[in-house]
Amino acid sequence: MSAAPARGKPRSPWRRRFLIGAGAASGALAIGVWAFYRKRDRLAAPEALTANPGEATLTGWLKIASDGRILVQVPRQEMGQGVTTALPMLVAEEIDADPAMVHFEQAPVAPLYANPTLLGDGVPMRPDDTGLPATLMRLTQYKFGQTLGLVATGGSTSVRDAWEPMRAAGAAARAMLVQAAAQRFGVPAAECTVENSRVMHAGSGRSAGFGELAMEAAALPVPQDAQPREPSQFRLLGKPHARLDVPSKTDGSAQFAIDMRRPGLLYAAIAQCPVFGGRLKSFDDNKAKARKGVRGVFGLPPTSTSAAAVVAVAEHYWQAQRALAEVDIVWDEGDHAGHDTRAQRDRYTALLRDGKPRSYESVGNIDHALAAPARALTADYFVPYLAHATMEPINCTALVRADGGCEVWVGNQSPTLVRWFAARAAGVDSDQVTVHSPYMGGGFGRRAEVDVVMQAVMLAAKLPDTPVQLIWSREEDTRHDVYRPMAAARLDAALDNAGNIAGWRHRIVSQSCTGGITARLLPAAASDLMKDKTNVEGAFDLPYAMPNRRVEHVLVHEPVPVGFWRSVGHSFNAFFTECFMDECAHAAGRDPVEYRAAMLTDSPRHLKVLETAAQRAGWGTPPPAGRHRGVALAESFHSIVAQVAEVEIVDEQPRVHRVVCAVDCGFAVNPDTVIAQMESGIVFGLTAALHGEITVRSGRVEQGNFPDYDMLRLAQMPAIEVHIVDSGIEHLGGIGEPGTPPIAPAVCNAIFAATGRRVRELPIRLA
Amino acid sequence: MIAFKVNGRTVEVDAEPDTPLLWVLRDYLNLTGTKFGCGVAACGACTVHLDAAAVRSCVLPVSACAGRSVTTIEGLAGDGARHPLQQAWIDRQVPQCGYCQSGMLMAAAALLRANPNPSDSDIASGITNICRCGTYGRIRAAIRDAARARGARS
Repeated sequence: MSAAPARGKPRSPWRRRFLIGAGAASGALAIGVWAFYRKRDRLAAPEALTANPGEATLTGWLKIASDGRILVQVPRQEMGQGVTTALPMLVAEEIDADPAMVHFEQAPVAPLYANPTLLGDGVPMRPDDTGLPATLMRLTQYKFGQTLGLVATGGSTSVRDAWEPMRAAGAAARAMLVQAAAQRFGVPAAECTVENSRVMHAGSGRSAGFGELAMEAAALPVPQDAQPREPSQFRLLGKPHARLDVPSKTDGSAQFAIDMRRPGLLYAAIAQCPVFGGRLKSFDDNKAKARKGVRGVFGLPPTSTSAAAVVAVAEHYWQAQRALAEVDIVWDEGDHAGHDTRAQRDRYTALLRDGKPRSYESVGNIDHALAAPARALTADYFVPYLAHATMEPINCTALVRADGGCEVWVGNQSPTLVRWFAARAAGVDSDQVTVHSPYMGGGFGRRAEVDVVMQAVMLAAKLPDTPVQLIWSREEDTRHDVYRPMAAARLDAALDNAGNIAGWRHRIVSQSCTGGITARLLPAAASDLMKDKTNVEGAFDLPYAMPNRRVEHVLVHEPVPVGFWRSVGHSFNAFFTECFMDECAHAAGRDPVEYRAAMLTDSPRHLKVLETAAQRAGWGTPPPAGRHRGVALAESFHSIVAQVAEVEIVDEQPRVHRVVCAVDCGFAVNPDTVIAQMESGIVFGLTAALHGEITVRSGRVEQGNFPDYDMLRLAQMPAIEVHIVDSGIEHLGGIGEPGTPPIAPAVCNAIFAATGRRVRELPIRLA
Repeated sequence: MIAFKVNGRTVEVDAEPDTPLLWVLRDYLNLTGTKFGCGVAACGACTVHLDAAAVRSCVLPVSACAGRSVTTIEGLAGDGARHPLQQAWIDRQVPQCGYCQSGMLMAAAALLRANPNPSDSDIASGITNICRCGTYGRIRAAIRDAARARGARS
C-alpha cells in the first residue's frame, strides 16, 4: 500500500473544525437517509403488545392462548368493511389454523401497525405510472408513513397493506410451532405437517395442538425467511368466510363508543357555532344549571380541528340536552355569516371559464385537437356538498386524571391521530394517552377527523377524574361535518370522423380534501403548492386510449370544511367522466359499451370487467318493459368496477330496479365481503345521487336531520348482482370504496336512454 | 318513579316523565343494544317493542310505558338461544357496521308477528329504518328466510 501524496495540514483550526463538522454532518445525513429508507422489520412484536397469563406472543401479529385460541392483532378499525375478518384470515391461512379458533383483537397503537400504504397512495401521480419519479415519491411517502407510525384506516388499503406482513407473520408463527413440535418429538422439522391447528409427525404418530406448543414456540427466534404460500395452495383465502363480528351485531352486544359505560359517567350535549369559523361571545346558563342532574355548562374555544361550542354536562344525556336548550348563547358569527352556496356555485361556473387551472395530466396537443375537430362536444357538470351521516352520531368519551393520564373511547379511523390530539387537548405527552377504539357505527372518512376528540378531552380536563361522554345530536353532525366538496366540471371533447375521441379536456373546480385535512391537523404545513391527487382522481387516470388530453384543476378556498367522503374525488369525477363519455358515444352514434371497449384494447383488465358487467346484465338484449340500461366503468383504489343500472321512470322519478356489478380487485380474500362492499358502495352512491345535497345560507348548513337529508330505504333498494373477476394477487386492490363511483353515472346514463335527457348535476331532479 | 317491564323483568326508574324511553334504556338501565340515531323517529335505530308493537323509542316518553311491557334487542331471543331472525341475519351475513341492526331486527320481528309470511312489498313498506351501509337486500332475504323457517316449524 503506497502512501497518498501529502496534501498538507488544514490551514486553520476553523477549517479543520469545518471539515470535521461537514464530515460528521454528511455521515449523519447518510445514517438518516439509511434509517429512513431501510427495510423495516414488520414482524417483531412491539413492547405495547402485552400477553395475558397463558398467552404466547408469536411475532407482533398474533398470540396463541393455552386453550388454542389464536388471537390475531388487527391493526385497522372495523367500520363495516369486514377488516376484522379479512385480516385474521391472512394469518389463519398461513398458520393452518382451525378456523373456529381464530379470534381478533384490536392491535395496540404502535409503529409496527402503521399504514404506510395509505400515504404511499397519496402521491399526485397516476396509479399506473411506474416511472422513476412516481416510484420514488411513492416510496418516500410510504417510508414517511412508517417513520411517522401512523396507524390509520382509509383509502381502501387495509388488505393491500396487511397482505405481506400478516401472511409472513402467519408463516413465521407456523414455522415456530413446527420447530417447537419437532424439538418435543425429537424428529426433523421437515417431517412435520400442520392441519387444523395441530402439528403432526406421521412417522412417530405423535401430534400436538397449537395451544400446547405455543409457549415453547414463542421462546424460539422469529424466522425472517418463512415463505407465504402460493395462491394455488390456499385453503381458506378466496373462499367465503363468516364474519367474526356478525354474531355480536345481531344481539345488541357489539360495543360502539357510544355504548361505553362506567360508574360515575357523565353525559354532555353540545351546541356548536352555527356559522363556520364563528366564535362564542357569551352565554347565560342560569336556567340550565338549575335543572335536575346538571353538573355544569362550559364554553369550548375553537381549534384548528373543531368549532366553538357550548356544552351542558349532566348525569343523563336527556338532562344534558334539555339543559343545553335552555342556555342563551350569543355567537360572534365571524366573517362567513353571508356565505351562500348558490353564490358559490355561480363563482365556480365563472371559474370554469376563466379560473387559473393547474395541470395534472397533459398528453399530446389538446389545443390543436380542439381547434378544428370533425365534431365538438362540451358540457358542464356539477355536484353539491355531501355529509357523511354515519348512523352512529359523532361521540367521544374522555377521562382526564388529575395525575395527567388521559383515556379516550372513540370510534376512529386513526388511533394515532386521536392520541396526538387528545394529548394536545389535555396538555400531556401522547404516551400518557390511552386510546380505545371500539366498533365504528359507520366511518366513510368522517372518523378520520378528531374534532370531537378535541372537544371531549378539553371538556374532561375541566372535570378531572370524571369520565364524560360527549354526544353530538344528528343536527350537530349534519351541520358540522367535513363535507364532500362541491365541484363543478367542464368537459370538452373533439371527435374525429369515425366518432373516436381525438381530444379530451376536463377542468374541475373544487376545494382540496387533502388541503382541508392538512389545515386542520397541521396548519403550519398547509400550502397551495402541494398538488392534491384527490382533486383529479378518476379524471387524470382514465384507462381509455385518447391521444390528446388535458386534465386540470382550479383550486378554491371556502369557509365550508371538506374532507374524505367514501371514494373521495372519484365520487364526483366518475360522474363527470362517465356521463360525458356516454355523451360522446351518443354523438358518435355508437353503443356505449362498444365505444368504451374500443378504447380499452391496451387495458385488458378494464375491458374484461366492462364486458362481464355488460354480458351479465344482458346488454344488447331488450330490457324488461319500461326499463332502460346505463353503464359506467371506474377504476379506484386499485380496483376496477363496472356497473349496469336498469332504470324505469315512474312519476318523473328514476326507479332503479337492478344493478349488475363486475369487480376486479385482483384477488378476493373473502368473496362474500367483496360482494357486501359492492352492495354497500352502490347504496351509498345511489343515496347521494337520488337525495344528497348540503346547502349553506347565511353561513349555516340548511339541512339538519334525515327528514331533510334523506337516505335510500329498503323500498328503493335495487336487486344487486355482483360478479367477481379474478386477476390474481399481483393486482390486489381495495373494496371499501370502489363500489361507489360508477353508480351515479350508470343511473344517469340509463335516464338518458329512457328520456333523452342528460342529467348533468346531482342530486337527480327530473321534475 | 315509573315502573314497567323490560325483557320480562320489572324495573323502576327515577327519570323525568318526558325522558324518551331510548335514554332510559341506555343510560339508566345500561341496555345499550338500542341505538340513538336521529332523535326524531326518522331512522329507526332505536326501535323496540312496546307490548307487541314496534315503536321508535327516541320519541316515546317513558311515562307512556308505565305498567306496560318493553322488549329490546337484548330480550328478542326470549328463552331461546337465538330468534329465527337473528339466525337468518347470521346466515345471510347481514350486518356491516352493525349500528342500525338492533332496530332492524326489532322492526322485522314486529313485522313477522303481524304478518308471518310477508311479500316483498310488505317488507318494503314494513321496514322503513335507515341502514347507511346498504344492507337492505340482505335484510329482505333474511326476513324471507326467517318467515320460511317459522312456517316450516309450525
